[in-house]
Amino acid sequence: MSIRHHLDEATLLSYAAGSLSQGMALVVACHLSMCSQCRKRAAEQEAVGGSLLEDLAPAEVSAHALDNLLSALDAPVSAPEEKPDECRRVKDSRLPAPLGDYLPYTLDDVPWKKLVAGISYYDIECQTGGVSRLMRIAPGKNLLPHTHKGNELTLVLQGSFCDEIGRFARGDVADLDDQVEHQPLVDSNTDCICLIATDAPLKFTTLLGRLVQPVTGF
Amino acid sequence: MNHEQPDETVNNVVALKTADAPESASANDWSGLLAALGAKQDKQLFVSLFGHFAPRVKAYILRLGLVESVAEELMQETMLLMWRKAHMYKPEKAAASTWIFTLARNQSIDWMRKQKYPEYSFDETFDQVDETAEDAGEQLVVSGHLGAIIDTLPENQAQVIYMSFYEGRAHGEIAERLGIPLGSVKSRIRLACEKIKAAWRDV
Repeated sequence: MSIRHHLDEATLLSYAAGSLSQGMALVVACHLSMCSQCRKRAAEQEAVGGSLLEDLAPAEVSAHALDNLLSALDAPVSAPEEKPDECRRVKDSRLPAPLGDYLPYTLDDVPWKKLVAGISYYDIECQTGGVSRLMRIAPGKNLLPHTHKGNELTLVLQGSFCDEIGRFARGDVADLDDQVEHQPLVDSNTDCICLIATDAPLKFTTLLGRLVQPVTGF
Repeated sequence: MNHEQPDETVNNVVALKTADAPESASANDWSGLLAALGAKQDKQLFVSLFGHFAPRVKAYILRLGLVESVAEELMQETMLLMWRKAHMYKPEKAAASTWIFTLARNQSIDWMRKQKYPEYSFDETFDQVDETAEDAGEQLVVSGHLGAIIDTLPENQAQVIYMSFYEGRAHGEIAERLGIPLGSVKSRIRLACEKIKAAWRDV
């Protein structure tokens, strides 16, 4: 797969630091599982974390900690630790693996909610603020023009779209902030399906957008 | 418990737990020990690794703003995970400190958010690149010098790195705290990253 649009260095650093919102971290993890180039950059950022850990002045640990642990080491791993996720997980080879923990559907049976004709969405349950959602947009449709108060990540899972920046196809990620106003137009023959996350609400620049916004929860 | 058998390094790290003079060789040694722990589950190796990393993992979790008792608990869980997952550690991919950092990070976030931090892995359905072909030696250079490198950064760049890693703050939060635009936070991070990577390459 030839990926042309990658993650911003600042986004990767925050992912490595664990300081991204949950929804944004999900988009990053999905892109990373598809992109060896960014995976290598992420590993470098995590090495920054490792070095910082090494440089920290050690804190005092409880006097019993080591003994507690030594006696716990032999205990059998309590039940099937990883299994709860496992049984929810639905296998769909079109979806990157990290999404499996959050989306208990294949792409075919996602319970899409209609926003307007040709555009539907499904909200993914994420604990921290911002938006985390799948968008499904029909060929020839475009999203309302909008800017962002914060960061917005868009990962293409199927189909493609064009905007002021370029053309985005499967695996490409648009990593945008409040400097950019854009209006993506779907130019593929099939529906374009994207995983989107923001760390703050979107700001629509048209009256229609502002009217629709409160209804859709953007 | 038997404290006599192991060679002196074991007793040293357990007893001293200081941050003094990280020898340039030490990062490699820890990676070697962790790899050895993965190969055979040896409690003496665990004791050594605990002595070095447990106090640092706890310090990291405290820096994230969690209280003492929680930091202690999460540190112990992280050390237990290290024991259980050591067989998955690949020394050619990451330094021990990096691998343990990601364990501690994920444990802390999972606790704070009650939701699993999204993790990535190589996914062969999407990506045919043979990862083993990627330069294996690189990570060895990467560790242990960061403190000195960060000291050379302009203060406003070092600050955004610390706020990201040690306080877990998102770009927007940093922007708000420092009273600067989001774009400036990101460009400071980018500049700092560039310098860190350049310094690593020069070592």
